[in-house]
Amino acid sequence: MAETIIEDGIDVLVVGAGLGGTGAAWEARFWGQNKKIVIAEKANIDRSGAVAQGLYAINCYMGTRWGENNPEDHVRYARIDLMGLVREDLLFDMARHVDSTVHQFEEWGLPIMKDPKTGRYLREGRWQIMIHGESYKPIVAEAAKKSADKVFNRICVTHLLMDDGRENRVAGAVGFNVRTGDYHVFKAKTVICGAGGASNIFKPRSVGEGAGRTWYAPWSSASAYGLMINAGAKMTQMENRIVLARFKDGYGPVGAYFLHLKTYTQNCLGEEYESKWFPALQQMVGKEYLDPEASHLTHRPIPTCLRNHCIISEVNAGRGPIHMVTMRAFQDPHLEEVGWENFLGMTVGQAVLWAATDVDPKNENPELTTSEPYVMGSHATCSGAWCSGPEDISPPEYFWGYNRMTTIEGLFGAGDAVGGTPHAFSSGSFTEGRLAAKAACKYIDDGKAEGIVVSDEQIERRKAEIFKPLEHYRIHRNAVVAGDVNPHYINPKQGLERLQKLMDEYCGGVTVSYMTNEKLLNIGLKKLSIMEEDLESLAAKDLHELLRAWELKHRHRAAECVTQHTLFRKETRWPGYYYRGDAMKVDDANWHVLTVSRRDPKSGEYTMEKAPCYHLVGDEVA
Amino acid sequence: MPTFVYMTRCDGCGHCVDICPSDIMHIDKTYRRAYNIEPSMCWECYACVKACPQNAIDMRGYADFAPLGHSVRVQRDEKKGTIAWKIKFRNGTEKNFLSPITTKPWGTAIPKLAEVPGPSKEMRDGQLLYNEPKWIRMDDGGLRTLEAAGLKLKTGVYY
Repeated sequence: MAETIIEDGIDVLVVGAGLGGTGAAWEARFWGQNKKIVIAEKANIDRSGAVAQGLYAINCYMGTRWGENNPEDHVRYARIDLMGLVREDLLFDMARHVDSTVHQFEEWGLPIMKDPKTGRYLREGRWQIMIHGESYKPIVAEAAKKSADKVFNRICVTHLLMDDGRENRVAGAVGFNVRTGDYHVFKAKTVICGAGGASNIFKPRSVGEGAGRTWYAPWSSASAYGLMINAGAKMTQMENRIVLARFKDGYGPVGAYFLHLKTYTQNCLGEEYESKWFPALQQMVGKEYLDPEASHLTHRPIPTCLRNHCIISEVNAGRGPIHMVTMRAFQDPHLEEVGWENFLGMTVGQAVLWAATDVDPKNENPELTTSEPYVMGSHATCSGAWCSGPEDISPPEYFWGYNRMTTIEGLFGAGDAVGGTPHAFSSGSFTEGRLAAKAACKYIDDGKAEGIVVSDEQIERRKAEIFKPLEHYRIHRNAVVAGDVNPHYINPKQGLERLQKLMDEYCGGVTVSYMTNEKLLNIGLKKLSIMEEDLESLAAKDLHELLRAWELKHRHRAAECVTQHTLFRKETRWPGYYYRGDAMKVDDANWHVLTVSRRDPKSGEYTMEKAPCYHLVGDEVA
Repeated sequence: MPTFVYMTRCDGCGHCVDICPSDIMHIDKTYRRAYNIEPSMCWECYACVKACPQNAIDMRGYADFAPLGHSVRVQRDEKKGTIAWKIKFRNGTEKNFLSPITTKPWGTAIPKLAEVPGPSKEMRDGQLLYNEPKWIRMDDGGLRTLEAAGLKLKTGVYY
């Protein structure tokens, strides 16, 4: 039987040590030099999270000290890219701090490329700089380890602990050790959730071995959302899933190709195809959101989702595949090197695929495709918890005392966990962790975390729940001769396949060209509800399957929330990410708002509301 | 392209088991050597390949879409601070790449924040983070504020 290991007296518990979590642990030590800081990480902190493999670019750097951009410029960019709907207080706050994070990375040894003419960081695009980031994660992990009192690797955190003395206050977290099977209890005054967003909740294009070649890491198991939704935290913009236009099958990144190598796309006939879709698309979204002439003149971006829409439409019109025109750029040996190292630094699998298929982009133009949808909060999308902003910026509806605190007292977020902050990427997520850490320390110093009570009943109840899939397997496995087909249970892989199929077909996945509607979403919710009953009959034959079982439960909860939000928002805000067939237009009169949900942990019922969307406006307009 | 492990090279040391972000490199109980227990959850991130002291781990592209006969090998040298890649195409073409992975010796460049002077009360009550306002401004001014930027937050439809 599993041992119970209790870590008590924690001030700041960091759950999930990716870029958000490492930032939190690092900074917490400065504001709480005598505080007890503990990290609980599902894998190994040296190679965990979305940056485990490395990165070849930092996509969020203002360059304010060089006069390149101001924070508000980045806010306006994120706003238009997300079709108007973001948390501009949180974005402004992240953007005004992010440069200090990036320069700190350079001091720590991260190789950042320089422009030989100016001596500044080498720009890939207006916001992006280029790095040799193979060891990005080991470097930030070293920083976190220097600040933390203890790092617990291989702990799958399954639930947040709640204060039994006071409603809606966090009290730590529980989980199990993936290697030993021990039950771990972390009693903490504050928790910073740095857990990941969601890959693998929609059916992937590749369903065999290739299912592992997700765009976002396969270990990004929606735990940020599963943990917080289950605790009763309010969530925002969960419908805003993202679809990526990427190199086919390998999902290799295209940013450096577009921005630095100046490659471009064309259809199978070698034609430019985007502009011909713009007039009809403009009818759907309005000239405010798609104005190609203004974009051309002012370098205002055309929103990512709308560019996806053009690819999807062109392919559906029978003129696929879409090609990335690389042959010209790759004749320059330096650019060719950049193109390959870009993959080797962050998506090695794309290099492997091209080697396997003899695709040399110098000699042929590789195919692009649009991916299955993902749910996360730090790329060109902003799903996550509804969090307080900073006191010197946020309007009353966005402020309840502590920066990046969720609607649960003492529970903070960073990275994918925070809603409304797209385009944070690695550096912005780390910065959000730093902001959350400062606020968490202040919350403790203000005496807000006194008198937390965690009952033995809560601890024992969670323990039984966590290990139930192992028990369920032991009880029922001998009902059948052999194999995985058993009338008493499903295993985590079978469950994941069911989740992916229903999300794909009812919530706008790739096989239906990202289309859904109210009827489909209601059927989807019904199936998700029945699936939740079956998740009580989930069986795990070993600790690895127990890990997969809990990842599935987190994914399922996130998927349910995504479906609820998609049903609530009766418009098609982001064509190219998904379509509401029964409301195919952007509807600013009714839906220029942020969607906010709360799932009641006792009843499982969702409450949906509209929150006002505030924008940064210059004095001349105000 | 999921990982596989060469039988004759693996000595069962478990470095790959320790590092794998996906928890899919396990030790086979019969052979006492490592193998990939769940290829469809392998991101081909190469964390295990880089960590293997015996160069025993390699990749074979995902069967869904990658034909046989290719190779992408890597040597990560922490002391030199470099990473070297060798790509071999199915048709025999070879490409080699070398990149830095750090500019500082490991373990030396990151300060311990427990040992730096702690924040002042003014800093605690304000918006600055550790080490700021260094790096965030062109001039000697402080943190960017809405007032300084001439901005207000307003509800309504703006683009």
